Amino acid sequence: MSLSSVPESISSETPWRTSDATPYVKIEKVTKRFGDFTAVDSVSLDIYKNELFCLLGGSGSGKSTLLRMLAGFEAPTSGRILIDGVDMSHIPPWERPVNMMFQSYALFPHMSVEANVAFGLKREGVPAAQVKKRVADILDMVQLSHLARRKPHMLSGGQRQRVALARSLVKQPKLLLLDEPLGALDKKLREETQFELMRIQEELGITFVVVTHDQEEAMTLATRIGVMNNGVIVQTAEPHEVYEYPSNSFVAEFIGNVNLFSGVVVDDERDSVTIQSDDMGGLIKVDHGISCAPNQTVSVAIRPEKLRIAKQSFDLFDSNVNCAKGQIIDVAYMGSQSIYKVKLLSGNEVRVTQPNVSRSSEDRLTWDDHVILTWDPDSSVVLTS
Amino acid sequence: MSSTTKGQSKFLLASAGAGFLFLYAPIIALIIYSFNASKLVTVWGGWSFKWYVALFQNEQIMNAAWVSLKIAFISATLAAVLGTMAGFVLSRMGLFKGKTLLAGWVTAPLVMPEVITGLSLLLLFVAMESLFGWPAGRGMTTIIIAHTTFCLAYVAVVVQSRLASLDVTLEEAAMDLGAKPSSLFFLITLPLISPAIVSGWLLSFTLSLDDLVIASFVSGPGNSTLPMVIFSKVRLGVTPEVNALATLMIVAVTVAVLAAVFIMRRQNKIEIPRHSCWR
Repeated sequence: MSLSSVPESISSETPWRTSDATPYVKIEKVTKRFGDFTAVDSVSLDIYKNELFCLLGGSGSGKSTLLRMLAGFEAPTSGRILIDGVDMSHIPPWERPVNMMFQSYALFPHMSVEANVAFGLKREGVPAAQVKKRVADILDMVQLSHLARRKPHMLSGGQRQRVALARSLVKQPKLLLLDEPLGALDKKLREETQFELMRIQEELGITFVVVTHDQEEAMTLATRIGVMNNGVIVQTAEPHEVYEYPSNSFVAEFIGNVNLFSGVVVDDERDSVTIQSDDMGGLIKVDHGISCAPNQTVSVAIRPEKLRIAKQSFDLFDSNVNCAKGQIIDVAYMGSQSIYKVKLLSGNEVRVTQPNVSRSSEDRLTWDDHVILTWDPDSSVVLTS
Repeated sequence: MSSTTKGQSKFLLASAGAGFLFLYAPIIALIIYSFNASKLVTVWGGWSFKWYVALFQNEQIMNAAWVSLKIAFISATLAAVLGTMAGFVLSRMGLFKGKTLLAGWVTAPLVMPEVITGLSLLLLFVAMESLFGWPAGRGMTTIIIAHTTFCLAYVAVVVQSRLASLDVTLEEAAMDLGAKPSSLFFLITLPLISPAIVSGWLLSFTLSLDDLVIASFVSGPGNSTLPMVIFSKVRLGVTPEVNALATLMIVAVTVAVLAAVFIMRRQNKIEIPRHSCWR
């Protein structure tokens, strides 16, 4: 499948778009089995320097196992991992140039904040004066200098999170692994911390690999997202690409909301394709070419916000390309936008979101209205798998 | 508590009262009778400290107490070290050959009748002596070995359950930050399980101090422990001196138990917030 509309700009900030860039972390056909269960199934992945790479997936997708293999807590059943060109296969966790921030933070409860942060440096044999300075610097960066002597149980959740971050950053690892870094924070704190993380990442220039199940978190943080399902990476792409050009229906449905119509290819041009969909009740024209056999069954994905909705009587409208007729069966008013559930004549239900541009409620769509849905050829994506 | 007591039924109060009476009445009686001035144990003759004085002048009892304390101290310490190692292996080494056997062996002394433990150890010591001459005869050494054997089971169980509740990611975090297995153990694991080891030690100490059956099997002449002396004295008739001795032991044991409880409490205080942030 070829995606012709991916932005073409190539810069040093997006090394994955150039074919000859050297990856910083190279995961080569890594498989991990626990007994009969295959947690990670022949995953290959390149991560570049200074990236903030997100592994996104549901529970049991294998994302955490992959992270633990990068940290060295699990050994791959087969395949290997290279970091900065060095094979990590026989390097124990305590010798890897990798640090991890745990989901539970894993702060040592019997040590003060200072001692927690200093722990890694002391193991490295850094002279005491330098340890003191580096600990002070990093605590300053996460704005915790005033709490240096506290024990972890005397801190709030957000403060603990920052101690954990400081502790994993102070050794200046080549690679920082973050396991659900914002998982235990409340909504407001999450948003603040997201930007904080991005700022720190840019400031220190450390490569981050973040594991998360939260698609919004992945979208805001990541330079690239690797979507995982059943131990396999199903798509690796930039956030907007994953959203606008999902490579298959799993990705499309996992990230955001989507309407899926199945149909048969009736006209396959070089740069466009027309699909007859009984699900939708008409023809769908898509303005990108796909590689498929004639009469192949495919799915078309359309995001709810890309549909236009208008109140109109059906007999005045006779086009059947990229348009569907239906009746509103449910409305959810969300303030800035409204979500409509529309039952098409074909019997399928479609979700439409519209911004609430006008304040007046006179012409607002409501239950049982007959509506026409239309969309542009470039708003939908064909999924062959 | 006191505000809700009013609403509780009389039956519950009576039950609680019966429980307390059943548990503590004999002890209270013992303590009161240790201050009895009369020479006859069962007849009250007024208050007196004389049995305590007599107790401290009784060389046989004092010697036995000293022997018992030495044995309890050494075997509790050995049991703490070995039991910690056993508990650590059982909870952190994953699956290995012979794990079930080790786990079974660790818990066996908890359920094994003491007579059998004592007898089997006696047979072992006799066999060892005839095979390679050690331990020569039976005495303090054999009692210490025997006590260590059954006490380490208790320590192992306490340590193992502490390790099971300990967040494994703490150890992973330490490794991740560059701690080799040895420094991981001494800097992270050991401090975190130390309350369990201390309470295991205290438990072992009291168990060893208390043991009569096993010690009787494996002790030799001139190395009678305190319970053995008391038991032999009681067979000739209870003297008020024994009451005084028992009172002192109750005080000692109470202090040890309170210390263990205090240590555990303090540990929990540190831990509760850590888990509440978990979700």
